[in-house]
Parts: sequence; structure tokens; C-alpha cells
Amino acid sequence: MATPAVELVGVTKRFGDDVVAVDTLDLTIEDGEFFSLLGPSGCGKTTTLRMIAGFEYPTEGSVRIHGVEMGLKPPNERPVNTVFQSYALFPHMTVFENVAFGLEMQKVANADVETRVRRVLDQVQLAQRADARPSQLSGGMQQRVALARALVNEPEVLLLDEPLGALDLKLRQNMQYELKDLQTRVGITFVYVTHDQEEALTMSDRIGVMSAGKLLQVGDSHEIYESPTSRFVADFIGEINLLEGEVTAPGAARLANGSEVGIPPGHPSAGRVTLALRPERLVLHQVAGAVPDDRNQMRARIVRRTYYGDVYFYDVEAGLSAPLEVKEENRPDVVTHAVGDEVIVSWSTDSANLVSD
Amino acid sequence: MTQGPVTPELERAAEKAESRRGLLIGLPAYAYLILFFAIPLVLVFVYSFASRSSTGLTVLEDWNLDSYRRLADPLVIEIFVRSFLLALITTAICLLVSYPFAYYIATRGPSMRNILLVLVMIPFWSNFLVRTYAWRVILGSDGIASQISQVFGGEPVRVLFTSTAVLIGLVYGFLPFMVLPLYAALERLDWNLVEAARDLYASGWAAFRKVTFPLSMPGVVAGSILVFIPSLGAYVTPAILGGARDVLLGDYIVSQFLAARNWPFGSALSFGVMFVMLLATIFYFRVGAKSL
Amino acid sequence: MSDPANRRVGRVLGINAWLVYVFLYAPIALLIVFSFNDNNNVSIWTEPSLRWYREMFGNDEVMGALRNSLLVALVSTLVATVIGTALAISLERYRYRGRGTLDGLAYLPIIIPDVTMAVMLLIFFFQAFGILDSLTGIRLTSGLHTIILAHIAFNISFVAVVVRARIAQFDSALEEAAADLYATRWQTFRRVTFPLILPGVAGGALLALTLSLDDVVVTQFVSGAGSTTLPVYVFGLVRRGVTPLINAVSVVMLAASMILIGISLGLQRGATVRGQKIADPASLLEDVSA
Repeated sequence: MATPAVELVGVTKRFGDDVVAVDTLDLTIEDGEFFSLLGPSGCGKTTTLRMIAGFEYPTEGSVRIHGVEMGLKPPNERPVNTVFQSYALFPHMTVFENVAFGLEMQKVANADVETRVRRVLDQVQLAQRADARPSQLSGGMQQRVALARALVNEPEVLLLDEPLGALDLKLRQNMQYELKDLQTRVGITFVYVTHDQEEALTMSDRIGVMSAGKLLQVGDSHEIYESPTSRFVADFIGEINLLEGEVTAPGAARLANGSEVGIPPGHPSAGRVTLALRPERLVLHQVAGAVPDDRNQMRARIVRRTYYGDVYFYDVEAGLSAPLEVKEENRPDVVTHAVGDEVIVSWSTDSANLVSD
Repeated sequence: MTQGPVTPELERAAEKAESRRGLLIGLPAYAYLILFFAIPLVLVFVYSFASRSSTGLTVLEDWNLDSYRRLADPLVIEIFVRSFLLALITTAICLLVSYPFAYYIATRGPSMRNILLVLVMIPFWSNFLVRTYAWRVILGSDGIASQISQVFGGEPVRVLFTSTAVLIGLVYGFLPFMVLPLYAALERLDWNLVEAARDLYASGWAAFRKVTFPLSMPGVVAGSILVFIPSLGAYVTPAILGGARDVLLGDYIVSQFLAARNWPFGSALSFGVMFVMLLATIFYFRVGAKSL
Repeated sequence: MSDPANRRVGRVLGINAWLVYVFLYAPIALLIVFSFNDNNNVSIWTEPSLRWYREMFGNDEVMGALRNSLLVALVSTLVATVIGTALAISLERYRYRGRGTLDGLAYLPIIIPDVTMAVMLLIFFFQAFGILDSLTGIRLTSGLHTIILAHIAFNISFVAVVVRARIAQFDSALEEAAADLYATRWQTFRRVTFPLILPGVAGGALLALTLSLDDVVVTQFVSGAGSTTLPVYVFGLVRRGVTPLINAVSVVMLAASMILIGISLGLQRGATVRGQKIADPASLLEDVSA
């Protein structure tokens, strides 16, 4: 088993006496994986990245790169490179000089510098612009220069701080594919910070979701989406319905509207539970129709319908603390309901997740 | 050097090392400023309480408040008031002239703006003494202004060696100090806000009064301070263009050190002037902040 | 802005602007013209002549003062620029205890009027020389050295303010990027920070040079016998009476200013060509005053 690329053990970062940006983080990032740190602004993901890079030191804890403790090493002594959110391209140097910078600082021989820089520029398709200045390039091209400048040094880990944030949608989507592709080809471990859950879900091998300085859940895209373990993670990724209930018997609970429903195993023997249900797991039935017995079901009334072209989102009022969101595909064989209709909403017990607060 | 996990003590030590480094980089400057600025300032303060011997030497004994008491003399007050009013009027005129001027430049296209600014900067970079001297030549009774007015059948201009001449000289000298901050503030202005005001039925003048002007306040404040303070303590301009009758603060202070040899009084005067300047600066900032 | 009223306002503003330019340049233009006038009377035009320039260059006092001015300006600018740039970096890029107070201290020379500065330094040198004499018996007097020391004192702050404005403009991520790419602190400074703040440093140096060449009062108070500078010399002449010689000297001083401006504009042009963000003196001053 290869040494993990990055290990964070008990890493805490405090600013001053009261601000805890990162709280006792334990994280292992495997060699060669595309790992994303996902969370809202201010959750500590960028601070964590900066501690790996060496721009900040932890207040406590251990940062190890391939088993080597980084301690208080400055960034120029760490075998990692960063792609900055603002690209941070040196405005007074050409593209070539920018990309060559790291190699020059490592005193690589001129001939080798030339070869390696040209090769990397080919990889990001910027060979023709080698003599241009950053200000003459478009945002997408600047981003690729930033990438090239980092990759040419063949770092053990590549750190990316929301690199696609400044690009427009189409370009961003293209770059997502390119980056994923690149990572697979080059094989370097990528640590990718983003607040965009779609980005994280599509690109990553594994995702770490953070909130308020804590790492809430780590897993691959499926686990994070299908099996969120906490309210925050369930809510942050995609749309979610959260149902509160009281445990009545093993495998059963009563919801706020009096319905008795089945709940997945692993629940406490008594007390409150919260069920997380994805809108696409809920199905709407006509009142007169037949609903299979093994599904949980409730009466509800449609209070809003939103049309997205490919799907309909229904808000249905079922007597719970908030209306349920149901997602139905816009297909000829799926019945379209109208606002005001009485319906039955159903789901299977195993499609729900128990989440902690 | 092998590293170990970080502890709060280590982190703090690293932070302290970084701070120390920053302080060291600035140290030559701090040392120099303390030696040649802070200490001299303290010395002036000390001297203001000293005594003056009969031969005009400063005696660092017999500490007293005589010099400060003398600040309340009618003569001294008259000089203060005269200088203060002159500085105020200079600032007002500079503001009135510069505001439309800066507005004009700020509303041109970028290349035009740069040219116009450079044209303002050229007199600014030119020697101050020379520019003030030029007015001496123009305003003399046989000077160019006189010649022009005589051509039109008027009298020779007798403005030299009066407060008016000093006023002209001060406005001329300090105009760029008002123009540049005003330009900076206006250039940064979000013109969308003015358009929003017009969209909400404001007339051109109302939009100016309620949106543009208040938003340009930081520039007005900065410019006013940059003009008022040097005008209050002006020495060269009044010396060249002013008369012996209307004594101003700058010359009055200088004479305490050169002619009258009353260093304690001169020091007290200097402090008095600095105090007034401090008040003026605070006042301008208050006024500026209120409009926001 | 297409109302007729707006057009009228625009026209008025334009006329006002051009009048201001005339006001700013007329005195300088007149001075230049009359310096070539072959007449003892300063303002009556007779015929063009280089007489006053010849007289000026043959005048030992004038040339001596000119030499002193240049020496003082160059030395004080050099020292003030180095110290002032370091100060700017220290204040903008680092945090340490007492930074706020020291920041204030660094601003004081800018807002203090030159008369006060002159008084302060006069008393300081007087006291310092006295103490030195009583302690060691060495008797120092004022001279070019005290003038240089005085000019450095006020120029440090001006250079720092201009350089700080420039530093504030640039993305600190650039320095982090350099470190990320294996540069040591010194390499980061030499290859990234310094080239990018160079327009600010140049602007600050230019400002220092101008202030030094302009200075009258502070120099007057801290100079000694035989160490007068050109502005102080001219000032003395003017107080005694106006002669066309002064016109000629003034024009030479003006020409020196123009050359400096020309150099600064030329440097900027070079900076633009190399793709840097434009940093003309105007924008530097606006950063400073904002």
C-alpha cells in the first residue's frame, strides 16, 4: 500500500483567541487520487489547503506529505505546488518565464528547463502563446498557464484553490473535464477546494465536506450523495427533504403529521430521528390509484409546481414542518399533477437516510 | 532539519520570528525618524517652556509658561486670525476652482484624462519657488499685469505686497494639491448611482448635490487638508509676494529664530500652529464623515 | 447625458478647465520669455538675448549653490528612497506590535508644515552639537551634511507613502506563488516584488528629488556658511530685489524640473511597453491622497 499523499492529524488553526478556522481535522488523502474539499465560504477548506501548502502553519497538529512531517517548513521547502484562485501569474513575465520560474528556482539546467516548459505548454495547448504576457490572455488561458506553471515542477501533490471560479459556465464545464482528464493521465494527487457541489461530485474520486472548521464526512460521490450522515451534508449537496419523527418501535417512527413510517436500521432505540429523503426518491400517486404496500405513504396536497423543462418540482403539503419537495421526470408515461390536486406521496424505507444534526 | 508536529508554542514562535523580521526591515526608517523627527519635536516642546536670556540665548532653566501666555497677546491673536482666514479663503477658492476642473477631467475618456492629468502635474513638479517668483514679476506695479491693464486704459495693478497677492500665490501654488485628490475621488465614483438618481426623477443639480458631491467627500477632505495646512504655515509665498504690514504666522515664527532670537516663544508658536492644524484636520474628517 | 442643459454644463466646465490651464501655465511661460529679454528691467521687453544666462553661468555663487543643490538632492533622494521603500514594505506586508504608532510617526513629516520642520531641526542640531561638544570636545557646525540629513528626514515618509500605494495595489498572492515555486525570500523580492513595485519606487524617488530641490525654509535653517542651495540663494536674491538674472536662474531650475518629468514619463512608457500596469505620477498621487 502506497504511503498516503497527504495526512492531516489533529490539525487545528486558531486566529487570535476566538476564531477557530479549522477544528481538529483528521484526513488522509491517498496517493494519485482526485480529492475535493467541499463546503460553503468560511468553512475552513481554503485554510486547510494553505496549511498543506505552507502559507499558514497549523496552531496544532501534523501535516505529512508522503509520510514526511512538514512542521514549520516554509512553502518553498515543500514538494507541493498551488494553483491560485486569482491565478497569481507574474504580470511582468511572459508565459514561458512564468512556467519556467519554479524550475529556475530549483536551479534546473537551462536546456532541461526549455524542454520541460515546452512539453507542459503543449499539454495545456498554449505552445503558441509562450511569449505573450498574462494580461494579453483570456481568463481560460491564464488558468491553463497557472496549471502549467505548477505541473511543470512535477510536485508530489497539486493543490487547487477554486481555480474555475472566475470562468463562465461553459468554459468551466470544459475545464472540469480537462482537469479530470489531466489528473488521470499525469497521476499526481490533486487536492481541489471548491464550494460548487456539482464540480466536486463530477470530478472527484473522494470528497471531504467541511462546515465551520470541521470535516463532516468523507466519501466518494455516491456515498456523499446517497448516504449523507449529517443534516448539513444532506442539505448542502443537492436538494433534500428532512423529516423529523419519534421512534415508536424497531424500524418504525411516527412523523409530525401522525403517519407511521418505516425507518432504516441503525437508529437509536427511542427518541427523535431525522430522515433525509432526496426529492427524486419520492413518488406522487393519484388518490384513486394503487400504491404498493411496502412503501411508506401519506396524503398531501400540491401547493406549487415548477417546470424545469426536463423535470417538474412539486412542493407538496403533508402536514409536516415544511412542504416536501418531489422531483418527477417530464416523460409521457409520468402523470403531471396540477396545483391544488390531492395526491399520495410515497417512498421506500431504504431510500431514506438517518442523519445526525 | 527534521520537523515535528506543530504545537501552539511553536506556532507562536514562528509568528514572532516573522513579526521581528518585519520590524527589522522598517528599523532604519524608525531609527532615523525617531532621531531626526520625534526627538526634535520633543525638543521644540521642551524649548517652549524655557527662558530667554538678555542676549537672546535660550536658557534651559526657569521653566515657565511665559511663551504660551504670550500666545494670548492681541498681536499674536491677530496674526493667527489673519493666517487662519487666509488659509481658509485659499482652501475655499482652491476647492471652488478645482472641483469643476477635476470633474471635467474625470469625465473625459481615458487617454484624454491621462494627458490632462500630466498637464496638471507639470506645474506641480516644477520648482515651487520659481512659480511663486513668476507672480512677483507679473504683479509688480510695472509688471505684466499692470502693462495689460494699462493697455485697456486701466490703472497699474497695485496688488503686489498685499494679502491679495499672497492669496493668488497660495492658490496658484497649492491648486494641484486640491485637484489630484478630487480627481481621484471623482474617478472612482460609481456613475451608475448618479444614473439611478436621475431615474428616480432627480434633476441634474439635485443629483449632484445629493449623490455626486457627498460621494466625492473623501477627495474634498483630503484636498482641503492638503491645502489648508501648508497655507496656514506658509512662509515662502508671503515672503515673496506679501507686504511687511500684514505679518503671517510663517514669517512670524521664522523671525523668532533668526531676527528676534526668542526660541522659546518661537517654539510655543510652532506648537500653537500645530495644535490648530490638528484641530483643523479633525474638523475636516468629521465634516467628511458626516456626509457619508 | 444628452440633455441640452447637460451640454451647456459640459461646455462651461470645458471653458473653466481651459482657463485653469492658462492660469497654471501663463506665469511659467512669461518667465521663460522674459528670461531671454535684453533689459535690466525685469518686465519690459526689449530684445531677445542670452545675456542673463551667460552671466548666470559665470557667477560663482550661483554655480556653487547649484552644485550644492544637486549634491544634496541626489544623496538625500538615494538614501531616503532605500529607507523609505524598506519602511513601506515593513508597514504593508508585516504585522508587529506598535505598528500603528510607528505608522502614525511615518505620516507626520507629510502633514507637518516646513516651517515647523525647520524649527525642529534647527533646535535639534543646535542641541546635538552642544552636547557633542561638551561630551567630546568635537565642535561640529551646520553645513551640507546637516542639510542632507534634514532632507532625508522628510523624504523618507514621502517615498514610503508612494511605495505603499503601489504595494497595496499588487496581489499578495504573487509573493505566495513565488514561494510556492521554491523561491527564497530574497529571490521573491528580487524577481517578483521589486520589479513590480519599481514604478512606485521611481515615483517616490522623483517626488523626493523634487521636494529636495524645492526646499527653502528647512534648508535655510540648517545650513551653514558657504553651504547654500540654489532655492535658498534665489530666495535671498528675490527678497533683496528682482533682477533678470533671477529670471534666468529660474528658467534653468524649471528646465531641470522638466527634464525630471520627461525622465519619469519616459520610464513609465518603458513600463507600459513591458506590459506592467501603468503607474504615472498622477495615479500614484491619487492613491496616496485617497
